[in-house]
Amino acid sequence: MGLLEGKKLLITGVLMDSSIAFHVAKLAQEEGAQVVLTSFGRTMKITSTIAKRLPQPAPVIELDVTDAEHLATLADRLKEHLDGLDGVLHSIGFAPPGAFNFMEGSWEDVATAVQVSAYSLKALAAATLPLMPDGGALVGLTFDAKFAWPVYDWMGVAKAAFESTNRYLARDLGPQQIRCNLVAAGPIRTTAAKSIPGFEAFEQVWDERAPLGWDVRDPEPAARACVALMSDWFPATTGEILHVDGGVHAMGQ
Amino acid sequence: MAQSDTEILAGLAEIVNEETGLDPAEVQPEKSFTDDLDIDSLSMMTIVVNAEEKFGVRIPDDEVKNLNTVGDAVTYIKNAQG
Repeated sequence: MGLLEGKKLLITGVLMDSSIAFHVAKLAQEEGAQVVLTSFGRTMKITSTIAKRLPQPAPVIELDVTDAEHLATLADRLKEHLDGLDGVLHSIGFAPPGAFNFMEGSWEDVATAVQVSAYSLKALAAATLPLMPDGGALVGLTFDAKFAWPVYDWMGVAKAAFESTNRYLARDLGPQQIRCNLVAAGPIRTTAAKSIPGFEAFEQVWDERAPLGWDVRDPEPAARACVALMSDWFPATTGEILHVDGGVHAMGQ
Repeated sequence: MAQSDTEILAGLAEIVNEETGLDPAEVQPEKSFTDDLDIDSLSMMTIVVNAEEKFGVRIPDDEVKNLNTVGDAVTYIKNAQG
């Protein structure tokens, strides 16, 4: 019996088959889950094509997390495919190029980064809550926001807000038996990562510091952790950040 | 199954037309995707993913940046088909 046998999941953030979320969807299906994907705008076409590469082709519904109408109708649109939800993967983040320059980044750019990358976790949780009357698991992907990194700049600040949002969600959704946890993955060479100017700087840090080593081309370790957190094997864990980074977070210089 | 350059070019032109509305006749080997055909990175991703499906090949992200012209893409697909 699979780890997610009979579970129904909503998975955001599948763009290419290099996406971490693609690997979560794939593993989840292999472990017995039923999966629905979201995408938005011009990326809908790409996600719909990539969805056919999963072990079982998955439906794709549109969700722009900054669109109130999309959020308000999400539960109803999901019901066309699933009669409820057991888990949700948040794999969403965006910062305008200007936000990757800390001292020059404008408030407009920073506000966009925080709305899309942090507030969206609360927005997605609220939108899917009606489908989880018996509890569930919300899992998100962060990049360790305890530190100031090269080039990450206001996206790092947005991730700090994201991590805090996760803790408040754990507080407010705990009584409904909804667990909220994040996976802090090391750098993985996805389309999203490659859009970060100077991403190679992270790769070098991990090359030098990960005691277990780290493969920037392998999204599976992070995907496995997401699947585990959505399973019944972390029943008393919430508000947590699980590091899947080869051990870098635990090392000194 | 290997296809001829002409078949691959025609197939690519169809994909480019679907994504951008460009006249398939515009899609010629010497044309640059960005400079001549004005295709942005998101459209390029869509074209690549559709080309992978249509031609039964994989075009890794790291290769995409080397595909400057339509001719580069035709050659890559032809070689990938073996």
